[in-house]
Amino acid sequence: MGNNGTYSGVNKSGQKIVSPDYLLFEAPREKVFMTGSEAVKEAVKRASVDASVSYPITPQSEAAHLIGELWVEGYVGVYFRGESEFGVMSEVAGCSMAGARVITTTSGPGTLRAMENFPMWAGSRLPIQLVLMARGVNAPLTIQPDNLEISFLLDTGVMIWHAENAQELFDMILAGFVVAEKTDVHVPIITAIDGFFISHTRESIMIPPEDIALPPYNPYTSPTPIIDAEIAPGRYIKDPFVMKSNYISYATHASWQWEVRAAIERSRPYAKHYLKGLIEEYGDPEAELVFVASGTAASQAKEATRMLLDEGIKAKVVKVKSIRPFPHQELLEATKNAKYIMVPEFNIVGWLEREVRAAFYGKSNATIIGTPRVAGGMTMPPEIIYKDALKILGKEVSYVL
Amino acid sequence: MSFNIYKVNEELREFMPPEILELEEKATWGNPKRGVMDLPYAKELLEEHSLCAGCPESDAFRYILASLPNPEDTIIVNSTGCTSLVFPHIALHTVHSLFGNQNAVASGIKRVLEYRFPNKVKDVVVLAGDGATVDIGLDCTLQSFFRQEKITTICYDNEVYANTGGQESGLTVKGHVFKMAPKGKQWDKVPMWQLAIDSGCHYVVRMTVSSPRRVEQAVKKAIYVAREVGPTYIHLYTPCILEIGRNSDEGLEEMKLGDKERFAFFEYMTPQAEEVIKRKKEEGLI
Ligand SMILES: Cc1ncc(C[n+]2csc(CCOP(=O)(O)OP(=O)(O)O)c2C)c(N)n1
Ligand code: SF4
Repeated sequence: MGNNGTYSGVNKSGQKIVSPDYLLFEAPREKVFMTGSEAVKEAVKRASVDASVSYPITPQSEAAHLIGELWVEGYVGVYFRGESEFGVMSEVAGCSMAGARVITTTSGPGTLRAMENFPMWAGSRLPIQLVLMARGVNAPLTIQPDNLEISFLLDTGVMIWHAENAQELFDMILAGFVVAEKTDVHVPIITAIDGFFISHTRESIMIPPEDIALPPYNPYTSPTPIIDAEIAPGRYIKDPFVMKSNYISYATHASWQWEVRAAIERSRPYAKHYLKGLIEEYGDPEAELVFVASGTAASQAKEATRMLLDEGIKAKVVKVKSIRPFPHQELLEATKNAKYIMVPEFNIVGWLEREVRAAFYGKSNATIIGTPRVAGGMTMPPEIIYKDALKILGKEVSYVL
Repeated sequence: MSFNIYKVNEELREFMPPEILELEEKATWGNPKRGVMDLPYAKELLEEHSLCAGCPESDAFRYILASLPNPEDTIIVNSTGCTSLVFPHIALHTVHSLFGNQNAVASGIKRVLEYRFPNKVKDVVVLAGDGATVDIGLDCTLQSFFRQEKITTICYDNEVYANTGGQESGLTVKGHVFKMAPKGKQWDKVPMWQLAIDSGCHYVVRMTVSSPRRVEQAVKKAIYVAREVGPTYIHLYTPCILEIGRNSDEGLEEMKLGDKERFAFFEYMTPQAEEVIKRKKEEGLI
């Protein structure tokens, strides 16, 4: 980026640099039929990515392979396979500390093995992007779709966006870098999808030309020192060293934790702009029955809404795109006519239900019902959402699955 | 990197602590021939430290920092342990991220610096305890060697987990009673220097830090070889005088014993490393 804020020239791969707004909203788009994994590749190709480190785990392996191909093609500067997810998340931390725009991918047990790194990324203010292709967590061994692992990430100090389909994933990856790297945000971004349902299915998506790309990351816009020896020495553990037992140290640590969380909050206006809102509404705006859902559960809820309309029941879906920051205000506004709020989910714990309850406590009179909930790889047929909805409304279930 | 970075801003000069002013005046930046012989006269990038009085790790720190050929473009990656308490006092780019992932973090840093600054020399040095290097971080340590990362790894072997209060580590000698090994350690000390050789390091040395000059030689050789060839490894005996019940003035004596026994000086190099070392000697840099 030039000093006057304009974009010009080409990136290291020879692509023309355009503004994020142009890339995301204005550039002509072409329709292509591709899998979610391929959508990751297409997004990375247009993102001026400096580095990526990979480790195989189903269902994300293919996306990681494709990023490797981009490295061979010259679109990614550094690429290698790490020793484990713990190693990979440490390696990408090093890449980011040294001033790179980095992306990596993982799934299920890999996410948990890497866990210690996520709060470290956030505490070090590293704007790393992790594409999470969520899957079940052992035991018993499973590779099936499930998004339980998102619940473990909620309190690590990272931003989390949940895409419903490959199109949204493509756009979120590009927007993710832009928002995460804003100086007043500068925290990691996890762009999640429900693995397999999105990664391994093919759909039409609209993508801009491949010869344009995001402006490269300028590491000197980081709010903390970049570890590249080009600026005066900095330290990743903040000074004064917070392990000392005194009140200054306690206050330093506490304020830093608040600051990381505040940084996530500061992402709201940017995310609203680049994601076109933190939520999306579908169905009858005035409906008393509202589904709050994210990811593919939102697609299924939309289908159920259509089925309910056949029965003469008006319903609405509020899709949550951003889990961190959580869109409290938007949700309250979008559900102000709701009598019943149903939260269908692809996991056993119901992390979204917990979030909704916390957000609505004392602020809404609607009845919140965490149902239906599937796990272990089961699909969520819209019929079961429909059936549960009818039961809740005290209506007869006219046709059964 | 510009040496101006190390110049104090004139308008802030009156507020600067004396040690920073002295650092500007007396630090040996920009001179690849700097070394431990400068220690009595110049700043070695470490003002104070929070290790126990007389801890040999503190000697090792001074010798290593004084020996870096390129401190202005050196990044040190460290890990949790006694040493992590020292890093906030060091006037260099240092990273502490987690316990045991130091070689993985260093790999990422090194590769990106090579990519971002292809025409500059940027050295990446890992410095961590035996627990971090050989137990919890062994996977990351060895894998960075397998991948031929161009980094120098230095292990402070005090044969114990000191920072958590004296538990046995993989490098504790067999039979030694430490906390969590109440019946004595059950297996032999891990020969990490040998694992380093087998895993692809091009220069490996095992020694104590009883002789500053020898530490300087090892550090310089390891860094020059890592820069040009591949991974290098330095294994330093820095006894935890606290946990073995020595007085603060007895560290040197303990190391001198080590010089004759388990930590007798041992050096290994590959032919490529030998070639680099020979050339650097001819250039008067080692
Ligand atoms: C994941 C994790 N496990 C355990 C610890 C606790 N811990 C802190 S320092 C340390 C021991 C460090 O030993 P070593 O690497 O030998 O360094 P020393 O303190 O002896 O210099 C341990 C176990 C930690 N910080 N992180
Ligand atoms: S506990 Fe042992 S290793 Fe740690 S500073 Fe003290 S003497 Fe050194």
